Amino acid sequence: MTDSFKLKVNGREQAVSVSPDTPLLYVLMNELALRGPRFGCGLAQCGSCSVLVDGVEVRACVTPVSNVAGKAVTTLEGLPALYAEQKRLPQPPALHPLSQAFVDQQAPQCGYCFNGMTIKAAELLAQNPKPTEAQIRSHMDGHICRCGTYPLILKAIQLASIRMAGDVR
Amino acid sequence: MTVISTDTGFSRRDMLKGGGALIVGFNLAGIPGAALAARGDVAGPPDPNAIDTWIAVHADNTATVYFGKCELGQGNTTGMLQIAAEELDFSMSQISAARLDTNVTPNQGATSSSSSIERGGPQLRAAAAEARRALLQRASLRLGVQINSLVVNDGVVSVEGEGDFRSVKYGDLLGDKPFNVKFTGAAPLKPANRYKLVGARVARVDLPGKMSGRYELVHHLRAPGMLHGRVVLPRGQRAFGAGAKPLSIDENSIKHIPTARVIRKGDFVGVVAEQEWDAVKAAQALKVTWQDAPELPGNANLFTQMRGQKTIDTVIANRGDIAKGFAGTAHERSSAYFCPYQGHLPFGPNCALADVRPDGAVVRSSTQDVYNARAMLARVLNMPADKVRVQYYEGSGTFGRSCYEDAAQAAAIMSQAIGRPVRVQYMRWDEHGWDNYGPAHLAEVRAAVDAHGKLVAYEYHGWQHGWTVTSTILDIALQKPGVERASGSASITVNPMSTGSMYIVPNRRVISHAVPMEGYLRGAALRSPLDLSFAFASEQTIDELAYALKMDPFEFRRRNIGDKRWLGVLEAAANAASWKPRVMASSLSSDEVVRGRGIGLGTHHVSYGAAVADIEVNRRTGAIVATHLYGALDCGLAVNPALVETQIIGQMIQSVSRVLKEEVLFDQRGVTSLDWNSYPVLRFAEHPAVTPIVVQRIDEPATGAGEEVMGATVAAIANAFFDATGVRLRQYPMTPERVRAALAART
Ligand code: FES
Ligand code: FES
Repeated sequence: MTDSFKLKVNGREQAVSVSPDTPLLYVLMNELALRGPRFGCGLAQCGSCSVLVDGVEVRACVTPVSNVAGKAVTTLEGLPALYAEQKRLPQPPALHPLSQAFVDQQAPQCGYCFNGMTIKAAELLAQNPKPTEAQIRSHMDGHICRCGTYPLILKAIQLASIRMAGDVR
Repeated sequence: MTVISTDTGFSRRDMLKGGGALIVGFNLAGIPGAALAARGDVAGPPDPNAIDTWIAVHADNTATVYFGKCELGQGNTTGMLQIAAEELDFSMSQISAARLDTNVTPNQGATSSSSSIERGGPQLRAAAAEARRALLQRASLRLGVQINSLVVNDGVVSVEGEGDFRSVKYGDLLGDKPFNVKFTGAAPLKPANRYKLVGARVARVDLPGKMSGRYELVHHLRAPGMLHGRVVLPRGQRAFGAGAKPLSIDENSIKHIPTARVIRKGDFVGVVAEQEWDAVKAAQALKVTWQDAPELPGNANLFTQMRGQKTIDTVIANRGDIAKGFAGTAHERSSAYFCPYQGHLPFGPNCALADVRPDGAVVRSSTQDVYNARAMLARVLNMPADKVRVQYYEGSGTFGRSCYEDAAQAAAIMSQAIGRPVRVQYMRWDEHGWDNYGPAHLAEVRAAVDAHGKLVAYEYHGWQHGWTVTSTILDIALQKPGVERASGSASITVNPMSTGSMYIVPNRRVISHAVPMEGYLRGAALRSPLDLSFAFASEQTIDELAYALKMDPFEFRRRNIGDKRWLGVLEAAANAASWKPRVMASSLSSDEVVRGRGIGLGTHHVSYGAAVADIEVNRRTGAIVATHLYGALDCGLAVNPALVETQIIGQMIQSVSRVLKEEVLFDQRGVTSLDWNSYPVLRFAEHPAVTPIVVQRIDEPATGAGEEVMGATVAAIANAFFDATGVRLRQYPMTPERVRAALAART
């Protein structure tokens, strides 16, 4: 049984027809062909599928699409625009400052976990622009990286935090 | 600069061209003007003796290089491009890599054992040098000057000392036309002292795309008319050799899921559906009764069974006289060590997309070896290999033989059965439960020193089973028993490099006891195969001798090392950590949280690794936290030191995870570690700081850099535990339960 849902993803209204119990992740990947959120466990254990819903990180793999109707969903692809909105910048940057810091620190290995890492860190810096190391560690703790890049992610978040303080608002 | 694709989509054209029937006996180097147009049109591998197989120079003065080693997240593409650009005198922005494809790229073997730069690099370098020579010959004619007065910068050839006065671009000399030059390997190579790119900290070419979410992974591929597939397997693999035999399948159990269909081939069971979520639900809902399988030992009985098993024994190293060596020594230490099965478990479970038609197949997979994948797919599909085309798309870090071949074979089987493209992604429990695990290991180590602190005798006995050469889906679909790589001495054996080779020992014996894999779990190479276990056992024994002598363990190792490269990494790690000479466990405290520092050495086959670890142990809870690690790696010429540093960081973090947390649990029926809760790994909040040190040796050949500091890390952590508590842990993972038990046993 399929239903029609109006979703607002990365600022755009989009209608999809799927069964209401379909996890948001599959809709984002298949119906909307997004490449940010991705399957890791399907069990809310790893953070691979994370998106922001009204600014709060959620696990798209266990969130039925019916739960997010009418809410603002932001994926990795939408982070630069969200950032521009938060900072009242005239234009979205090419990369969110976090993504840029990950590149500058050469943090990723395979990069698969970085969707969730970026989303979770963006949530943190929006709430707490100058987190301590202990705050970063505890905030990021639900996100696993199998390639062992944690130390570089930590550094990059600290770097992004400094850079973002310099952006206008 | 991006990694370019050599195809335009999952079109019918690809399918037909995959068949090899259209153009027969075509030889790339032999037909002038046709080579580039024809690239990809016939089944490979292309002729490795033609320069055109390796390099194409385009009219816009850029180049594409074709090599057979894939990007696994280790920065391989960047390293290989550095090597090619250096030799050709192109800048990094002018050069890109072709997608690995059995119709396009040369066969350089599997991307494994950290061998890409070591073995794949020199071949590519020689091809680039030969291409450069051919380009310079053309330039010499064009400009009317001798070759030896030409210089090249960024792909522009000019006359030395004349600036741009007389110059010509590579692109104008060749412009998308073939070289038609034989790869002789005789072209002179650029001397190391003129390197500009090799040895430099060049940024990874793949990261901007990956960070923006634009990068296309195998998981992102879709095709018109495609169905979503899932495998149906018992939750958790059973004994190797038993496969998974369905006795009955109740198709009514998925009747409520629209479009879902069961697909079978031999013992293989899968489901397909139009919607991915329906395929996921159907795979879980389908009621299958599986035949019982023979019993496994379970974790409880594992080591007793291995130790009592009839084994095939091989002497791996034998020097001096072991019996005499152990006679009349000052101190001798011996002990047994127990090391677990561990999983590859890529963070994103394996995925593949297959389009199989009667006249040919195209399969997109994150296999570490496209040609081997093609050979296995041909068997599964019962098609000639030259009708199967395999294209590499990146997945997530795999660390060896995870289930990528299985995902590809499952997709291919289902596509062949249903006549439409099928995308298969493994579920978390499939990947965890049906991995080809890094085998368990049991060690008995004995070593002795004389009164002067010199190692005089060393003996290592190791028990383990081998690796699989087939894969789960192939085995069950063809109803063939799984095949172990080889038995006896040709199987996986104890690595002599990791077991005492770093020290001068006049009497040393290393014996491998090969346990048959049948009746255990399916094994395969897992990053730095078994070296973590070897180092855990061997380097604790070495540390015990230093302790018996009341000697600083750094100094003890230093005195017993003969090779300057081992000494180099040992000193580099110790210096970075500001190592202060001291006897281990000489300042034990009765605080709840105690601190320790340890040191260790290790390698894989080549390269040299050393580590220092600082840890904290909570004596009440038993929890160990690694706080700071220092890792030194000598991999000869480090083509890109920045890449090596990130490899050191990744290796060390993964080693902490493996020594403190990771263990595949299984009972007599099968594997019970099926997700990240039942198989915990190191988490963000627990990670240590890591200080990586690259010992650069510009005049030595480049050797592996992806695995060689893992053994040292594990050893340093184990030794730090003794320093903190005065107790040895001889089994890993060093879980809180084991720590509490070991501490309680002492008091
Ligand atoms: S895929 Fe959603 S948390 Fe792992
Ligand atoms: S970079 Fe590979 S999982 Fe994190």
